[in-house]
Amino acid sequence: MADEITLEVARYRPGVDAEPVMQQYQVPLREHWAILDGLTYIKDQLDGTLSFRWSCRMGICGSCGMTVNGEPQLSCATFLTDYAPGPIRVEPLRNFPVIRDLVVDIDDFMTKLPTVKPWVIRDVDEPVEAGEYLQTPEELDDYKQFSMCLNCMLCYSACPVYSLDQDFIGPAAIALAQRYNLDSRDEGAEERRAVLTSPEGIWACTFVGECSAACPKGVDPAGAIQRYKLTAATQSIKELLMPRIKR
Amino acid sequence: MSVYQRPVKLFWWLEKRSYVIFVLRELSSVFIAWFVVFLLLLVNAIGDGAASYQTFVDWSGQWWVVAINVIAFLFVLLHTVTWFALAPRAMVIKMRGTRVPAQGVVAAHYLAWFVLSAVVAWVVLR
Repeated sequence: MADEITLEVARYRPGVDAEPVMQQYQVPLREHWAILDGLTYIKDQLDGTLSFRWSCRMGICGSCGMTVNGEPQLSCATFLTDYAPGPIRVEPLRNFPVIRDLVVDIDDFMTKLPTVKPWVIRDVDEPVEAGEYLQTPEELDDYKQFSMCLNCMLCYSACPVYSLDQDFIGPAAIALAQRYNLDSRDEGAEERRAVLTSPEGIWACTFVGECSAACPKGVDPAGAIQRYKLTAATQSIKELLMPRIKR
Repeated sequence: MSVYQRPVKLFWWLEKRSYVIFVLRELSSVFIAWFVVFLLLLVNAIGDGAASYQTFVDWSGQWWVVAINVIAFLFVLLHTVTWFALAPRAMVIKMRGTRVPAQGVVAAHYLAWFVLSAVVAWVVLR
């Protein structure tokens, strides 16, 4: 195995560069080093001006999403040796404005997320003395997959619909809405419905499926969206046939 | 704050195989619509009598109509096969508390397709 590998890193310095330029760095090729370790090496040893986000280094925080050789990846969970002999092209996540180098602006998602009310909503809250809202393992299984979302934005980066229409609420936000809609303790599906069934919601999704392919946690946002399409369509037909049905 | 927004290329959908298949599947809807129009024209011709039906059959036999229909058929196949493959992701069916496996949902779709085709063939050919 070679001792080093080349990282081609996108550099964008606002006010200096009109668009990102690629810069090459030689980093040690170590068996257990992820792309993030390579970037940390660059920052510590070669070029302190390189900017990137990271936090936990163990695929939990969702901070270090980047485009590696054209694919959205968590840079802490993507290993240098898998790309040997290189070079490895590291770019910021696509479909987001680039603030600097590998740092993207995710304000759009942060604005959209609360609109789907991703929290447990109850018609009437039970008093604390009544104890926990109990749930069976089967009921947990109904939504557990969707609760694994890290908000890492890889799905938005992979989604061509979002790249063409930035009003689209997007895969993660809809999957998180479904996480609560499918939770037996939740009674807020009706409150989420208007946003989810709006033109910017589920119907904007054309089921490319790349969000699910990119997801590092197997959340399957595309599946969540299609499931909700079926739910929403069934509900609309029921209301059309039985207008007096209670929502 | 000056930020950089990567432009979307006109041929972005050629960058990945999955994007190409997706765009072809979207395009297949046009051919589905064509088949609906073709079927309506056929029904209309039959309704107008034997002479009208014969005119329609002659028109349908022209090389370019046959060519369009062959291409349309291939797109309809693509549409159907990819649609059926995706169905289990949208349909979560539980039997006795256990989720029906994806293969079961796909098989049910193909079975329904086969049965409906057989019924149509029986009506047309009997």
